[in-house]
Amino acid sequence: MSSVFSLQNKTILITGASSGIGAAIAKEASKMGARVVITGRNEERLNATYLSLSGDGHLQYIADMANFKDIEQLVTKLPKLDGCVNNAGIVKPLMIQFSDKEDYESIFNVNTQAPILLTQLLIQHKKVNRSGSIVFISSISGIHCSSLGGSLYSASKGAIQGFVKGVALDLASKGIRVNSVNPGMIETKIFKDGAISDDQFDEDVKKYPLKRYGKPEEVAYAVIYLLSDASCWVTGTGLLIDGGFTLQ
Amino acid sequence: MEIEQFIQLFADQFDETEPELFKPSTEFRQLEEWSSLVAMAVLNMLEKKCNARIKSEEMRETQTIQALYDLMISKQTA
Repeated sequence: MSSVFSLQNKTILITGASSGIGAAIAKEASKMGARVVITGRNEERLNATYLSLSGDGHLQYIADMANFKDIEQLVTKLPKLDGCVNNAGIVKPLMIQFSDKEDYESIFNVNTQAPILLTQLLIQHKKVNRSGSIVFISSISGIHCSSLGGSLYSASKGAIQGFVKGVALDLASKGIRVNSVNPGMIETKIFKDGAISDDQFDEDVKKYPLKRYGKPEEVAYAVIYLLSDASCWVTGTGLLIDGGFTLQ
Repeated sequence: MEIEQFIQLFADQFDETEPELFKPSTEFRQLEEWSSLVAMAVLNMLEKKCNARIKSEEMRETQTIQALYDLMISKQTA
């Protein structure tokens, strides 16, 4: 059955695909017919994602988005793309009085600089086909709200939101659309072993009108919409997926 | 790190609590100013100033400053 939501005949790059949201996007996109190109730092986990993909013809490349050389090398290996999902990201709850230049650099390197540089290189190397779609996995944090110890993370995501708007304008003439997905808290391991306790999470989840955190695949469905032709008149926007969290 | 120095660092995370209330035997969760905000600052302080990465869940098991100091010493990496 054909559908405007289909990703059939589309080649999609997904960064940070070895776990969490990135792995879910890769799996769901492949189910929708996409040929996916996945990248991640951990060979074993990236391969686990690779083996979980539907269909065939998929590619996997080990790349550390914190390393500019890795990004450059990745771009030269890539086939022509119809979509790119900038998903790789890190979270580090840190009160401002304890954050330093190193923290700023490590968070901004991965969350802000890497997706910006990857986008620049993809365009400079003409790797994105006309009618392509670039999607950034952003956050509610830094755009709609923030959280305790979340100043650097929020700043890194807020910067991406501005970038999305500017690049959407720059690439409109090429027919390339640029958007973000802005999830609230998603059930992944990204906060595991950190400064936030299970009790705090139990309290936090009550603030969500839909009474639960999101699931990685629920972010993937929004990404699929933005990658597909169903969103062909949507550019420069952020799709909020937060179980109603920012309503109140 | 000696416990006196640790107590000083710990106390620095509070703004309103009287300095003399910070002793090894102090049950810090009973301090009026203790909150999730101070808890996060203490965890950050343990990592940045004491080289001890401690999970929120681990800190929750401690009641006194002495117990937290002992936990910090056991988790110090450098």
